Amino acid sequence: MIKAEEAKYMKSHEYVHIAQSVVGVSDFAQHEMGDVVYVELPKIGQKIEAGKQCAVIESVKSAFDIYSPVSGEVTEVNAAVQSDPALVNQSPYGEGWLFKLKITGEADGLMDWEAYQKFTKEAH
Amino acid sequence: MSDTIKKTALNETMRGLGGKMTDFHGWELPMEFSGIVKEHEAVRKSAGIFDVSHMGQVFVSGPDAFKFLQYLNANDLSKATPGRGLYSHLTNEKAGLVDDITIFCLADNDYLVIVNAATADKDFAWMEAHSKAFDVKVENKSSEYSMLAVQGPNVPLMFEIFAPESLALPRFGVVVKDIFGEKGFITRTGYTGEDGFEVTVPHKVVQQVWNKMFELGKPYGIVPCGLGARDTLRLESGYLLYGEDVDDDHTTYEAGYGWVVSLKKGEFIGRDVLVAQKLNGLSRSLTGIVMKKPGVPRSQCKVFMDGNEIGTLCSATYSPTLKKGIGVGYFSPAKLPAGTEVQVEIRGRLVPAEVIKMPFHKGGAFSKDLYRGRQA
Repeated sequence: MIKAEEAKYMKSHEYVHIAQSVVGVSDFAQHEMGDVVYVELPKIGQKIEAGKQCAVIESVKSAFDIYSPVSGEVTEVNAAVQSDPALVNQSPYGEGWLFKLKITGEADGLMDWEAYQKFTKEAH
Repeated sequence: MSDTIKKTALNETMRGLGGKMTDFHGWELPMEFSGIVKEHEAVRKSAGIFDVSHMGQVFVSGPDAFKFLQYLNANDLSKATPGRGLYSHLTNEKAGLVDDITIFCLADNDYLVIVNAATADKDFAWMEAHSKAFDVKVENKSSEYSMLAVQGPNVPLMFEIFAPESLALPRFGVVVKDIFGEKGFITRTGYTGEDGFEVTVPHKVVQQVWNKMFELGKPYGIVPCGLGARDTLRLESGYLLYGEDVDDDHTTYEAGYGWVVSLKKGEFIGRDVLVAQKLNGLSRSLTGIVMKKPGVPRSQCKVFMDGNEIGTLCSATYSPTLKKGIGVGYFSPAKLPAGTEVQVEIRGRLVPAEVIKMPFHKGGAFSKDLYRGRQA
């Protein structure tokens, strides 16, 4: 379980918690997407580039490309979220995490919690 | 959303309950409240309530009301005696659909026709144009009425208290009732495949009806439901969505709804085209498919069989009951047997699926198969 206030955020609503090396989507994102029914994750060992698409989340409404806030090599993927995609909605900062990686770099323009709150308030 | 968007009488109530509003054919309606899957499951297992006030109401009366409607619809309206109704298709000269509708007989030569929101004006214009040859009055009263759909296996328990006379109604039955001082209509109808009722009332009392439904539905955990669940529920049950699954250019036979057509009842618009289709067979038919691998099919996805494109999907979504993607589309050849393997192109990839005998969800009090048997 990560603390949302400690994570950094993309404009496309993905988060990264640097210390715990974990990537997921924000609570704002899960609310916008609606009920998640499928999650396609990268493979362990896969090299991810910051800012590039790394996963897909499908909700009843639509499919969403997920971008990585960081570069690195995937070390772990969340099997729980693949068998129970609703976890992304229920616990986006907890059991609904997507994957972990050995971080080698960050995308430009990541927002901290305060900046992200402001950003989502304006977007709504 | 535009300033000219239409709002139902319950708009503020929907917003107050957390409805995520969207523009549906010019109407501001909730897509969902607590979540599409939660709302869908509530209806399948217990009770859910929808604001369907965007639907239209046309009243048809006069000495030729029966003859007039008999000529405009494909079904046999003589099955709808006072207190009864039926589902039907308004057909054009090519036997394509002007709309799919429900017609209720309130009394001899006195009918209420429920039409889709997107086609209400078109339907009324069509009916008016054809009414000249008949001694009939056609009145579009859509702007005067609100409508609620209360759906789920526990809903009859609620209506036992709200309107005990409605329990005796068969599917498509109608009862006229004083509801909070106004003349209203209760029909045993719905778009979900479950048992339930639709309540049509003047705007001034719809909030009271809504409140009453929540009061009576509380022991059953009734939840407000939006367009998202409305679509997953109806597609699972094999119900058509006008504009997506049927339109002016597709016939009732092609849509797989042959039971709606009564050729023997006499003359109606497009009858000759249907006679020819029955004789010659179909070149295309609305076919249901279920995904065999993860991935949600969407409207407009192409479908392939043995390397050849056989059609595109009209309606498609994720089925919360089957926990798989489902969809319907017009395929050529027509009438592919259940189990036929196909591939659906989803976001550039071909994903395996198979043809299924409709409806997808075979449970529910009024799924498509039972639907036929209990017609009027």
